[in-house]
Amino acid sequence: MMDHMLTRSLDRAATTFLIVVAACGILIPLSNLLLPAGSVFHVPTYLVALWGKYVCYAILALSIDLIWGYCGILSLGHGAFFALGGYAMGMYLMRQIGTRGVYGNPMLPDFMVFLNWQKLPWYWYGFDMFPFALLMVVLVPGLLAFCFGWFAFRSRVTGVYLSIITQAMTYALLLGFFRNDFGFGGNNGLTDFKDILGFNVQAEGTRAALFALSCLALIVAFLICRAVVSSKLGKVLIAIRDAESRTRFIGYRVESYKLFVFTLSASMAGVAGALYVPQVGIINPSEFAPGNSIEAVIWVAVGGRGTLIGAALGAVVVNYAKTFFTSGVLAPYWLFMLGAMFVLVTLLLPKGIVGTFNSWWEPFRARGLAEASAAREDGVSEPKMAE
Amino acid sequence: MPACLRAFALSLLLIAFAGPCFAGAFEDAVAKFANDDFSDTEEAIGVIASSGNPLAYPIISALKDERLFADGDSKKVFIKQDDGKAIDAATGAAVDSLPDSASAVNLNNRLRRTVDAALGGLTLLSPDLATRLAAAQSVFKSHEEAVLPTVEGALAKETNKAAKTALGDARAAILLFKSDASEVDKLEAVATIKARGDQDALAMLSDVGADQPPAVTKAAAAAVASIQSTLAIWSTVQNAWYGLSLGSVLLLAAIGLAITFGVMGVINMAHGEMVMLGAYTTFVVQDVIRTRYGGLFDYSLLIAVPLAFLVSGAVGVLIERSIIRFLYGRPLETLLATWGLSLVLQQAVRTLFGPTNREVGNPSWMSGAFELGQMTITYNRLWILCFTLAVFVILLAMLRFTALGLQMRAVTQNRRMAASMGIATSRVDALTFGLGSGIAGIAGVALSQIDNVSPNLGQSYIIDSFMVVVFGGVGNLWGTLVGAFTLGIANKFLEPVAGAVLGKIAILVLIILFIQKRPRGLFALKGRAVEA
Repeated sequence: MMDHMLTRSLDRAATTFLIVVAACGILIPLSNLLLPAGSVFHVPTYLVALWGKYVCYAILALSIDLIWGYCGILSLGHGAFFALGGYAMGMYLMRQIGTRGVYGNPMLPDFMVFLNWQKLPWYWYGFDMFPFALLMVVLVPGLLAFCFGWFAFRSRVTGVYLSIITQAMTYALLLGFFRNDFGFGGNNGLTDFKDILGFNVQAEGTRAALFALSCLALIVAFLICRAVVSSKLGKVLIAIRDAESRTRFIGYRVESYKLFVFTLSASMAGVAGALYVPQVGIINPSEFAPGNSIEAVIWVAVGGRGTLIGAALGAVVVNYAKTFFTSGVLAPYWLFMLGAMFVLVTLLLPKGIVGTFNSWWEPFRARGLAEASAAREDGVSEPKMAE
Repeated sequence: MPACLRAFALSLLLIAFAGPCFAGAFEDAVAKFANDDFSDTEEAIGVIASSGNPLAYPIISALKDERLFADGDSKKVFIKQDDGKAIDAATGAAVDSLPDSASAVNLNNRLRRTVDAALGGLTLLSPDLATRLAAAQSVFKSHEEAVLPTVEGALAKETNKAAKTALGDARAAILLFKSDASEVDKLEAVATIKARGDQDALAMLSDVGADQPPAVTKAAAAAVASIQSTLAIWSTVQNAWYGLSLGSVLLLAAIGLAITFGVMGVINMAHGEMVMLGAYTTFVVQDVIRTRYGGLFDYSLLIAVPLAFLVSGAVGVLIERSIIRFLYGRPLETLLATWGLSLVLQQAVRTLFGPTNREVGNPSWMSGAFELGQMTITYNRLWILCFTLAVFVILLAMLRFTALGLQMRAVTQNRRMAASMGIATSRVDALTFGLGSGIAGIAGVALSQIDNVSPNLGQSYIIDSFMVVVFGGVGNLWGTLVGAFTLGIANKFLEPVAGAVLGKIAILVLIILFIQKRPRGLFALKGRAVEA
C-alpha cells in the first residue's frame, strides 16, 4: 500500500531528481575515498563537507516548501527548528568528547567546567546515548512546533501575523541561547567535536559517510513530502492554502491539518540541522538569527514554491552562488546580489525557477500526453489522482 | 581612645585659630612640615586649614598629591607645581629649583583623612556655589569631626538655600558620629539626615552602631525603614520613567510602520533601514556643519529633521513605485522583497559610509541631566519623549484633518469605492508609503542621539517595531501608542526581576501568547471580514 502510494506520487521529474541525488550520494564519497588526489575526478574533502552542507540546506528548504508551498504557512522561524536539531546532535557530540577536552572532565563539557558548574544539568542527561540524541533531534523541534502551532492555529493566527510571531520565536531563542546560564555554551555554542559513533568527525571516511547519509536523508525527506502532498491530505492542504475559510466551512478541521504538517516540517528541519552540525563542526546561537530563516525562505522562492524539487534546487543554487561570490573579489557585492535576488524573484519569477520552467514546458508536455492518449484510443481512463 | 583625643585636640586647635590668623602663626605652621613628624604635620594642617591664607589650599592639596617638599635642614617647605617648577610654601615666591635635600612630606592613612577633611573644609568657603556644594557633600560622606567648626562657620555665613541644606546635612552627619555630642543633638541629626532621604543617607544611618545611645539607634533604625520605603517608591517611579523612555523609542520606531503596515497592510521589512537613513542624514548634516558652519551645531537636529523626512520619504516613494505597487494583495511576497531591499540598503550605506559606527553628537540643549527627587532624568531622553508625542499628535491630526489624510483613510477602508469617488488611489498609496517612511526617517534623527549610527541600526528595531504594531492592533495609531508604552514599561519592570535578556524573552513570549488570545491586537478594527 505504502509502496503503491510512493510510486504513484513519482512522476518523471521526481524520479530524475531522486536518481541524481542518489548518484551524488554514492559517486562523490566514492571518488573522494577511492580515487588518487591527482585524478581529475577526485573530489577533495573540503568540497565533500561543503556539498554536505548544501544537502542539509536542501532538506531545510524542502521542509519550508512543504508548509509554505502547499499549506500557505510562511514560517520565518524555521531556522530555529534547524538549530534545535543541530543543538541536540551537538550535545551528543559534546558528550562524546569525554576526557579529551581541555579540562579533561569526564562528565562536563569544557564550557561548564569553565563556568565552574559542578554537575551536569538535567537536560543534558541521556545525550551520551546516540539513539536518545536521534530521538531528541526529531522530538524537540517537533514538540516546539506542536505547542507553537497548537496555540497559533487554534486561535486562527494566519498570514503575516503568523510569520511575525514565528520570527519573534526564533529571536527569543536567539537571545536565550546567547546566555551562558542556559547551559548550551552561550556565545560560542558547541564545538571542538571529536567522535561520532566512535569515528573521528574530521576523518575523510566519516565525512564521506555523512555526505552519503545527508543525501539519503534528502531522498527520504523528498519521498515523505511527495507522499504527503499527493495524498488526500495534500489536497486538503492545498485547499487550505488557496481558501482557508472555505475549507473550514466545508467541514475540515483546518487547524489539525496545519498542525500536522507544521510539526512534520519542523522535525524534518531538525534532522537537517542534526546532519549539518557534524559536517560543519560547530553550532552556535547565530543559527537562530531571524535573517537565516528568511534567507532559507528565499531559497524556496528562487527554486520554485510548491514544487519540492525547486526548493531543494534553490537551496543548492543560492548557497553555491553565496560561496562562489563571497570568496572572490565580488564579496562586498554579495549582499546587493542577495537583496536583488529577493526583489527580482518575487517581482519577475513568482513561481521560481522550476515553477517557471514547468509552466513554460507544460504546453509541450500536454500535447505529448494528448497524443499518447489518442494513440491508446479509448483504453483505461487515466487516474486523475496524481498531479 | 588616643585617636579621638587627638582629634578633639585638633578641633580645639581649629577653634582657637578659626578667627583671623595673626601673622607668623601661618609661617610657623608651614615650617612644622619640615619636622617630618606625623603629629606636627597634623597640627600644621589644622592651623593652615583655618588660617584663611590664600596659600592654604595649594599647600594642603599639594600635601595630598605628595607634591609638598620639605627641606629638613633649612626648615623650608616648597610646593612642586605641575610644570616642574616650585614655589616657597610660606611666601608663595617662585624658587628656581628644589634643593637636593628636600623630600616629599610623608602621610599615613589617618593623616590622609585629615587632609581630605581639611580640603573639604577649605572649599566650603569657596566663592563658587558648585564647589561649595561638592565640598559639603564630601564632608557629609567623610563626616570628619575636625571639620565641624569650619562647617558651622560656613553655615553661619551661607546665604544660598541649597548650600545651606547641604551644610546642615554635613553638620548633622558629623554630630551623629561625634562621640561626645549630646543625645538631643544626635536625634536632631538623625532627623536631618532622614529628611535627606537618598542612598547616602540610607548608608549613613545603617552605619549607626550599637555604641550609640539606645534612643539614637532606635531613631536611626526607624529612619532607615522610612527611607527604604521612600526609595522603593522612587525606584518604581524611576523604572516607570525608563519604561516611558523606552516606550517612546519603540513608538518612534513603530509609528511609521503603523502607517505602512497598519494603514496600508504592507509589510515593510526595510522599515528599519528608513530609520537608518534618517540617522545617517543626521550624521551628514552634522558633518557639513562641523566642517563649514561650526556655530550652527546646536541647530543641527532642527535642520536634520525635515531633511531626514525628505530623504527617507523620497526613498519610500521610490520603493513603492518601483516594487511594492506590483505586490499589493501578496503580503508574504512583499515581506520577502522588502527584506531583500533592506539588505541592499544596508550594504549601500556600508559601502558609502563604512561599516563602523559614525559619530553623531548631542547638541548642548540635549546633553546633561537633572535631578528630580531621587531620580536622574537625562535631557536627551526627555526631549525624545516630547518629540515622539509631538510627532504622534501631528500625524494623528494629519490623518484626521487634512485632505490627504481623508483620502488615505478612504483608500484604506474601501479602495474601489474611493477610486470611484475620484481619488487617485495609486498616488495616495505612494504618498502614504512615503509618509510612513519619512516618519521612520525622523525617528532615525532622534535615535541617532541615543544609539550607535551604524548600518545595522535599523535591524535592531525592526522586530520590536513589528511587535508593537501587532500588539497594539493593526490600523490604529492609538493602539500603537498604547502598545509601545505598555511594552516599554513592562520591559523595564521585568528587567530588575528577571535580568535584561530574560525580561526581553519573557516579553516576546507574552506577545506570542497574547496574539493567540487576540489575533488582531489590543485595539482591533471591528468588521465582518472573514479574512483580513
